[in-house]
Amino acid sequence: MLAVLQGAASALTPAKVREQLTGQLAYSTVVTILSRLHAKGVLTRVRTGRAYAYAPLADESGLAARRMRAVLESEGDREAVLARFVSGLTPADEQLLRRMLSEHPGMSG
Amino acid sequence: MLLAGGLVLAVSVLAAVAARPLAEWLPPLAAAWLLVSGALVLAMASGAMLGLLALAAAVRTPSVAAAGHESLRLITSQDPAPLALGVLAAVLLCVAALAAVRVAWRRAAALVAAHRGGRRLPSAGQVVVIDDVAADAYAVPGWPGRIVVTSGMMQALSADERRVLIAHERAHVAGCHYLFAAGARLAAAVSPLLRPLVPAIGYSLERWSDEQAASAVGDRELAARAIARAALAVAAAPPGRGAPGSALGAVAGPAGLRGAGEVPRRVAALLRPSPPPRWLLLSAGVLLVAACGLSVMAAALSLHGLIEAAQAARSR
Repeated sequence: MLAVLQGAASALTPAKVREQLTGQLAYSTVVTILSRLHAKGVLTRVRTGRAYAYAPLADESGLAARRMRAVLESEGDREAVLARFVSGLTPADEQLLRRMLSEHPGMSG
Repeated sequence: MLLAGGLVLAVSVLAAVAARPLAEWLPPLAAAWLLVSGALVLAMASGAMLGLLALAAAVRTPSVAAAGHESLRLITSQDPAPLALGVLAAVLLCVAALAAVRVAWRRAAALVAAHRGGRRLPSAGQVVVIDDVAADAYAVPGWPGRIVVTSGMMQALSADERRVLIAHERAHVAGCHYLFAAGARLAAAVSPLLRPLVPAIGYSLERWSDEQAASAVGDRELAARAIARAALAVAAAPPGRGAPGSALGAVAGPAGLRGAGEVPRRVAALLRPSPPPRWLLLSAGVLLVAACGLSVMAAALSLHGLIEAAQAARSR
């Protein structure tokens, strides 16, 4: 379903998506899946007449990364599994970093 | 036996208090190894101690003594541990075992999920750049480990600073740092006293990668600048829902470097020369941890000896 939307030039309505799918899915199933993907932040949608037209939000690699993060977020253990380059900053940390960047010679380059 | 238990307890408390200063003072590689191996040894020693206390109390009860063909008189005369303490130890041991199994299971599931997710990422190379305005960069554990950088992060950094970022994440992947992090969590699950070691170990893993990145690019100030600018870029365009906020708390504090968060401390450490080995401090830590392990083994041997003596006394 995502492949269909990614291959499409513009946003597609559920009926058009169903036409292009090889498997025979019920119209209501297609609508359900599309609205779930929208709720997960994978798709965007615009209202066209009575139905919504759906389009992918991110490219394929972005999607794979998003999916992985979503899985790990549901584990509640993402911060510890994915080694991030930088962790979050408090406002005080942010000020401190800005001061270090501006004051320390060689840091402002 | 109570002496060994007391020693394990005291060293665990000491480790909890000393973890953050140690992560700051020792070279990061030494700090990570000392803290993780210390945490694992202390966790195992705590578990073993609880088991021994429970066993010592169990052999004192008449029915167990009869089943094991032991002389109850000899055992109670030695009085290895009070009964109430034994019951408490047995309960604590069950709780610790359940917590350890739960953490191990969840961590294994998360690692498998990360590995699968990493394999699904397109592009053949180790580094994957994804199209996302939010600034983010992370290493995904797995075989092979992958490095994900968003286009937002790429744009926030200069070409030299990107080399620092990639070298830092490569060091995480090459050093299998996720195993250290998993070990820390497991130890903290067994012994809640060891919880302060988890953020300290996380910090020393970051510092370890920072030092490797700094030597890879041959410029400590460049590495410091890359980290500072990446952190500010993340603050300006945070990735995903609630991602940055969740990592705060543990290291946040008042102004000044003393109470500063992880990132400013990492930057400051790179602006100083690389830390000296500090062999004395390191060996003191190793010795204390070893003393704990050995004293628990000694306690186990003495309990074993007592039970055997009681069995011999009964059969005579």
